[in-house]
Amino acid sequence: MSTEVKEALKQVVAPRSSELDAPLKSKRMLVNLGPSHPAMHGTARAVIELEGENIASCKLDIGFLHRGFEKSCESVTWTQVFPYTDRLNYVSSIMNNVGFALAVEKLCKLEVPERAQYLRTITSEMHRICDHLTLVGALGLELGAMTVFLYAIEGRDLLWDRLTELCGARLTSTYARIGGVARDVPEGWLEKTTLTLDRVVLLRDEIDGLLARNRIFYDRTRGVGTVTRADAIDLGFSGPCLRASGEPYDLRKAAPYLIYDRLDFDIPVGSNGDTYDRYLIRVEEMKQSDKMIRQCFRDMAPGELVVRDFRYVLPPKPEVYGTIEGVMAHFKLIMEGIQVPAGEVYGYTEAANGELGFYLVSDGSGRPYKIGLRAPGWPMLAALPIILQGALLSDLVPVFDSINMIGGEVEQ
Amino acid sequence: MAKLVIDALVARFRDPVNGDGVTGAYTGAGGDDAAFVRRERLVEVCQFLRDDPGMQFNMAPYITAVDYLGQEPRFEVVYNLLSTTRNWRVRLRLKVSEQDPVLPSVCGIWRGANWFERYCFDMYGIRFTEHPDLRRLYMYDEFVGHPLRKDYPLRGRQPLVTELEVPEERYRGPGPAQRSE
Repeated sequence: MSTEVKEALKQVVAPRSSELDAPLKSKRMLVNLGPSHPAMHGTARAVIELEGENIASCKLDIGFLHRGFEKSCESVTWTQVFPYTDRLNYVSSIMNNVGFALAVEKLCKLEVPERAQYLRTITSEMHRICDHLTLVGALGLELGAMTVFLYAIEGRDLLWDRLTELCGARLTSTYARIGGVARDVPEGWLEKTTLTLDRVVLLRDEIDGLLARNRIFYDRTRGVGTVTRADAIDLGFSGPCLRASGEPYDLRKAAPYLIYDRLDFDIPVGSNGDTYDRYLIRVEEMKQSDKMIRQCFRDMAPGELVVRDFRYVLPPKPEVYGTIEGVMAHFKLIMEGIQVPAGEVYGYTEAANGELGFYLVSDGSGRPYKIGLRAPGWPMLAALPIILQGALLSDLVPVFDSINMIGGEVEQ
Repeated sequence: MAKLVIDALVARFRDPVNGDGVTGAYTGAGGDDAAFVRRERLVEVCQFLRDDPGMQFNMAPYITAVDYLGQEPRFEVVYNLLSTTRNWRVRLRLKVSEQDPVLPSVCGIWRGANWFERYCFDMYGIRFTEHPDLRRLYMYDEFVGHPLRKDYPLRGRQPLVTELEVPEERYRGPGPAQRSE
């Protein structure tokens, strides 16, 4: 373009400086995101008030996936609660099974056999890897990195295949029982799972290589959705989001359950509390989980799977058919349910997204009087409007993803 | 360990004139200590727990409510508190009557309490004064009643959109259809 034309264009296009400086009349725009939106993870709805491109205020509306978890649980026996817990965080269902079983055992003062504890730890940590892979993959996907998502889903489904061989279902595992676990590992499963873990390690490192130093990913996540340490504690954060903000609190170290006190692992802690740190924490936790599973494989010894106490666990079939005690125990457990002693307890475990708590009240009958669910993602989701204050609209999706809200557990 | 906390609370909020602020301390199953709090002293107790350098209960991981139908007072609100610096947990329980289910909010002490209190309001109808945004959490605004109360039916249906009347199909197997009138 010649210089004359440029000069002429400037005259036409450029307004006078005074007009440039004049404040534009702006109107706040209301954007309704969800409840049915691919980026809203299930069915949350956000009503966002926009000032230009920035979020002036955000109001969350949840409950579209509310299925009455607590009310349903109050009407069934303690054992029948397990299938309901599968559907809380459906990506890592065994962790919910284990969390609930541990809470009930805390109330019953029940000690689980060692092999069952190992199996619970192994399956929980495998599901932790699944959960983190899903989050990391989805985070990449939502920022335009489709490849990462495919790698992550491949790794996740390989692990789910192994867990299917163990408990018969991909998602709804119902693996733990009050007093132990449902079944032992099949023949050759440990070797097969070690190979799967090797493959998952490759995939995980590939994903990390694609994302961690990726310019686009870095710019879109660094310094976005920052939560300070004081805020994270005040808002009730837990799990990777709390640790990304710099608070080294992990229930596996702070209040060890199962066999975590015997395992050698580290707790990664972030420093900035932004989306990028939350991503890094997840990748590091996958490495630690991998380490833990291999340690368990090495240390695990054959043994009992459930406690031999017919007040809590169904007797083996030969005893049911052969002895009167066996028949009676079977009948009582099926018809009346486990007689959990009257009392109340708050059981807490470290699930993939943070503290999974069950507040149980028993009145001594075979059914729970109250099951209060403390979903790990709950406080993080509640804090989303505070985190997003003043952020860009396009940052909502990655931040929303990095807190990992799962509709199944948060909306009960 | 956290027994120290409960003992300190009981001693500090002793009040022979108006009744003790913290009573009935006990060690719950699994070792978590708990005590009952009086409604009038709740905010004071929570403030003390958070701000006292010997306590530092900086987080409220879970607040919930229970309906003990048939008992008086009927409801109970349970505060599970955590000190991340000292790794202590305590549980405060507070009885609320059905006639006057109103409590002071602790949102001013732990901001994370916001949605837990909304949950208690939605599910049990317990109201919190000075709560910044006390709306229903899971149910829709037009919903009548509080679903987790023990006198709310298990299969109580309240659809937002009017359900169409569907004739009940009694017979669902193979063979000739027989409808019993």
